[in-house]
Amino acid sequence: MSTLAAPTSSSTSVRGDVPAVEVRNLTKVFRRRDRKAGRFARRRLPALQNVSFTIERGECVAILGQNGSGKSTLVRLLSTLLLEDGGEARVFGHDVFSEARTIRRLVNRVSVEASFFKKMSAQENLSYAARFYGMPPSVTRTAIPAILEKVGFPPDRRTESMQNLSRGMQQKVALARALLTSPVLLLLDEPTTGLDPRSKLEVQEFIRDVRRTHDATILLCTHDMAEAEALADRIGLLDRGELLFLEPVDDVRRRYGVQTLEQAFFAATGREFEEEHADDELREVYG
Amino acid sequence: MTAIGATMRSELIGLGGIVERNVYLTKRYFLWDVAFMIWTIANTLTIVFIARAVHVSAAAENTLATKLLVGAVIWAFLGIIFEFMTETVAWERWEGTIEYTFMAPISRVMHLGGQGAFAVLYGLIRATILFFAVVAFIGIHIPNANFGAAFALLAIASLSFIGIGMMTSVLPLISPEKGAQLGFVAQGLMLVVSGVYYPVSVMPHWMQLISKLSPATYALRGDRASIVSGTGLVWADVWPLLIIAAFATPIGLAIFHRGEQHAKRKGKLKRSG
Repeated sequence: MSTLAAPTSSSTSVRGDVPAVEVRNLTKVFRRRDRKAGRFARRRLPALQNVSFTIERGECVAILGQNGSGKSTLVRLLSTLLLEDGGEARVFGHDVFSEARTIRRLVNRVSVEASFFKKMSAQENLSYAARFYGMPPSVTRTAIPAILEKVGFPPDRRTESMQNLSRGMQQKVALARALLTSPVLLLLDEPTTGLDPRSKLEVQEFIRDVRRTHDATILLCTHDMAEAEALADRIGLLDRGELLFLEPVDDVRRRYGVQTLEQAFFAATGREFEEEHADDELREVYG
Repeated sequence: MTAIGATMRSELIGLGGIVERNVYLTKRYFLWDVAFMIWTIANTLTIVFIARAVHVSAAAENTLATKLLVGAVIWAFLGIIFEFMTETVAWERWEGTIEYTFMAPISRVMHLGGQGAFAVLYGLIRATILFFAVVAFIGIHIPNANFGAAFALLAIASLSFIGIGMMTSVLPLISPEKGAQLGFVAQGLMLVVSGVYYPVSVMPHWMQLISKLSPATYALRGDRASIVSGTGLVWADVWPLLIIAAFATPIGLAIFHRGEQHAKRKGKLKRSG
């Protein structure tokens, strides 16, 4: 179990008799300008269409998809940063949209961009962020050095501006920020995209370590098929807002009679994984 | 500790987090703040020197310079509050932290309140430096000044300013590109009807009616009286400020909530670029 302090009220909000995540017919539609149809014309672009799945407590589930497939929209909906246009989502039995305050105590995330105040140091960024989760200085004084050490962040660089750190280092601090608040649901949105191979392996190893040592459920959204296969218990494929399947990787291979996930994607969609259309680019609300 | 007590404690720690973050940023941008302070002093001098160009007695000239200075200092103070409140969203969008702040379990009251509290503290420090720098530079005589009353009135007025600032802080949520600039439009409009460098009585009647709704009207009137004549806190200036604050804060929060819901529906709660 984690040695880090948990947010005061989260333990009472985690029900043991319900799945960690339940999503039923979740739909999100964005409207974008359609110049071809006229100056003020708008076009409906469904980012998610009737997506349904369940994640059990302690499970690590990977959602694969191309750019614009709806992965980031799904993560943002579960993070209470978007409102749904249909369907429902529950985290440990709590409605994501009507019980947002409760959900926020349970969830944290790491996104493709590390997202910090760049002039501030890792320690300062973690410190103020922890306060938002009710962690006082007496707790963070020991918790921040501990978590930074755990992610392999050099102690002598804790007070250095974030802008001087490499992408890999910044992403380690992002992981530390997410884990500092001991979330029971960790949302990872392309956490290793853009990292050099060594940093990528370190982050992946840390995610494995989190699974071993924390009571955390993980939803990993990625377009890296090898990463999904290496880290997740089950793999889902999100294609243009639709969840085509979500099952263990061996079941995926058996279902399509293929050897690799690339082949499974082709069998499910009739397209190569790298192949993208103009619509996919338009659909990419969160690049 | 009861559940309510634990929640309140957590919320206050969150408010402290906002203040803490702004302290870190102020330290990191200290030299920029010094440069900005020099610009503010220069800008204020351009206004206060007008008193030197008016051919009246030395005493009248001193009074006019003091009144202009109070107007310029309150303009600068209000500018800081509006800037911090409007930048609540704009700055975080630029740095990319907006999503992490808005998905954190801190209430919007504490989030915006923390931003406002820091703005008032920082604004008061800057206003004090600005005031005394210009007094020394121009050589203004203020032997009767009641600084305690002036500070107290400005602090009371700050409650209303924060409430109105909450209303403007929603603008970058609605328009990521131009929202922040609109906050300065609101600041300018508020001061123009409040008699920033002139008595309210010189304005058209309809503007005088609007001036009664502006907290800056009472702050300017009261602070001028305290600095020029040494007047203490006057209830006639205090009660309108308290009433405006009582309405402005909940209205500001409600407007911000509507803006946040709009941003969540349209997918605008995201980083720039």
